[in-house]
Amino acid sequence: MDPIAELIKNLADQHGRNRHNLLPILQGVVEQEKYLSEYSMIEIARELDLPASEVFGTATFYSFLEYKKMGRYIIRICKTITCSMKGKNQVLMAIEDMLKISVGETTPDGKFSLLQTNCLGFCHKAPAMLINNEVYNELTPEKVREILSLFMNRKKEGGPYDS
Amino acid sequence: MINLTINNKAIQVEEGTTIFEAAKHHNILIPHFCYMENVHQIGSCRICVVEVEGGKNLMASCVTEAKEGMVIHTNSERVRNVRKVIYELMLSDHPKECLRCWRNQNCELQDLGNLIQIKEFRYEGAKSKDIIDSSSPSIVRDSSKCILCRRCVTVCNDIQGVALMNPHHRGFSTFIGPSEDELLGESVCTNCGQCVLVCPVGALKEKDSTINVWDALYDKSKTVIVQTAPAVRAALGELFGYDPGTLVTGKMASALHELGFNYVFDTNFAADLTIMEEGSEFLERVKNAFTAPAENAVLPMITSCSPGWIKFMEHQYPGQLAHLSSCKSPHMMLGALSKSYFAEKLNIDPANIFVVSVMPCTAKKFEILRPEMYNNGHANVDAVITTRELGRMIKDGGIDFRNLPDGEFDSPLGLSSGAADIFGTTGGVMEAALRTVYELVTGRELPADNLHIRPIEGLNRIKTAELKIENPLEAFSFLAGVTVKVAVTSGLLGAAELLDEIKQGTSPYHFIEIMGCPGGCISGGGQPRPVNDAIRTKRLEAIYREDEGKSVRKSHENKDILMLYHNFLGAPLGHKSHELLHTIYTQRSKN
Repeated sequence: MDPIAELIKNLADQHGRNRHNLLPILQGVVEQEKYLSEYSMIEIARELDLPASEVFGTATFYSFLEYKKMGRYIIRICKTITCSMKGKNQVLMAIEDMLKISVGETTPDGKFSLLQTNCLGFCHKAPAMLINNEVYNELTPEKVREILSLFMNRKKEGGPYDS
Repeated sequence: MINLTINNKAIQVEEGTTIFEAAKHHNILIPHFCYMENVHQIGSCRICVVEVEGGKNLMASCVTEAKEGMVIHTNSERVRNVRKVIYELMLSDHPKECLRCWRNQNCELQDLGNLIQIKEFRYEGAKSKDIIDSSSPSIVRDSSKCILCRRCVTVCNDIQGVALMNPHHRGFSTFIGPSEDELLGESVCTNCGQCVLVCPVGALKEKDSTINVWDALYDKSKTVIVQTAPAVRAALGELFGYDPGTLVTGKMASALHELGFNYVFDTNFAADLTIMEEGSEFLERVKNAFTAPAENAVLPMITSCSPGWIKFMEHQYPGQLAHLSSCKSPHMMLGALSKSYFAEKLNIDPANIFVVSVMPCTAKKFEILRPEMYNNGHANVDAVITTRELGRMIKDGGIDFRNLPDGEFDSPLGLSSGAADIFGTTGGVMEAALRTVYELVTGRELPADNLHIRPIEGLNRIKTAELKIENPLEAFSFLAGVTVKVAVTSGLLGAAELLDEIKQGTSPYHFIEIMGCPGGCISGGGQPRPVNDAIRTKRLEAIYREDEGKSVRKSHENKDILMLYHNFLGAPLGHKSHELLHTIYTQRSKN
């Protein structure tokens, strides 16, 4: 059995195979794989006996369920107004400059993807961003460079910033 | 009962009534768009908003329950202005190319704009989608025209259970369809066309085949044969201003002659033939079930006239395909005969015969392309046009339909019995089959009310009947005292229920009729719009009227059928029948 099919089977065993178990299973796959490939969506449809189109519709509705191939670390920088007013653009430019990618892209080594997100609820500590599930706030270009270099230098998974 | 006021009118309605229905019952018409009574009431378009005094926002009347003491305005200044804004916003993401749209003057969005008096477009902006998917032989999807009403989503999911049409992404990026890169032509779509039937705009349409038909008509080297399905005659008139339920059989035959078809045949003839073949197949299977070892018995047998249903079964129940009758659908039979029996008779090369089927159905456009539907290298049928396409051809051809005299179908493939007429409606194939089968088994006429088996008529999802066999003829003595159980369903959700029973081995039936569209062919995906239960009932009654008006009402009494067997086919299920009239099915994947 291939690892994704096995992952999906295990998730289905854990959560159940009803329509309302779809979301936790989608989340489970994203947690492991960072995104939902067409193959994994069809596999989920098969495992839960749901129409593939319904799985795809649900997956594309939620902004934290990615359906394009993503890097190991997904950076989501807040694009809403408070963060913008507190210097998010400079932070974004620093990230783009350092990783040599623009919003929506993934680095060629498959390590980082850069996305924007709506409000993270950290307006009081703006600007804020997420790397996978971890929040980083009160960002400045200097601070973000520091954070990213820690990630860039990490060779193996399981380190302090791995999530 | 609760009391409320709408437009200063004090009214009383039952608890649980929506504001929209309450207003309608009291002759107050609220402009609406996505609403379909009892089918689709989700308030997605917001056109039906009304003002409820004391409420902060306007409310969509189709999803808001009327409450005691409500004071409602449906035509206040605020409501009328907001309605216009909603409409204009809808239009801001629509191409507005009405003049070259196939739904021009037959479009619910246009009608609504006229109704609420839109004279300007104040909003221009980005267009969200521009996918045109013409991969399917039956249905074309033009997402640029889609206004996200989600009617197709409701019929595809809740009525048909195919669940292919679904919303993807969200907000401005929302699109309706199969998933992002999936094409209709490569999907589990059954081609039933119920989505096309309910689409209010030009976003979903049948793939146009009229051009091919005109080309064939202009080609002097071709003998062009046309045939018309039973349900077409009960609905075609609606395209020419007749009330639903008006039969236009004679005018239709005349119009087809006037369009220049060389021979106007009737699919109903082949419906009689189907009964002979399918009835014989059923008796064969029953005989196996009662006399041979049990593992040879594949019952219930399921009818195979509806290509939408066939494709559904191939995708969803590939393990149960042996239950399907091996009979081709009637128009395929007639096509096969046109290019063999009739070609021999006229002494012309089948390659120069072009067969056109006028069908209430979009799935038939897919069916004619199946590799099994070729004999000796020739497609059984070359083009399928829907009832709506025929209406367009008649108008385009400058034919004054309403003033046509009543014409006749041509011989030898044009005569039909009343049993064939009722093929067009749910329950009809079963009734027609039992009229013949019962008589073959017992030698007596079907003991029913004017040959009608009432429990399997009408629009209920699943209908069943039982028929006890007493004093059968010698050859069927094994059936003495047996109660034959039959079930009838239309719409694919009901089909799935019956198939689940078969899959679990609990199906109590011997014979099942399944039609892919709710109500059967009378409301097939190629029929005139609109379709609702009232119109279905009218068409259904018309079909039964056609049956009762015939002197011959049983397939095995159709003299041209008997002649065909005598001169050409031999006997039902014979060698020639197997070659020309029977088919095989394909296992397909579910996702």
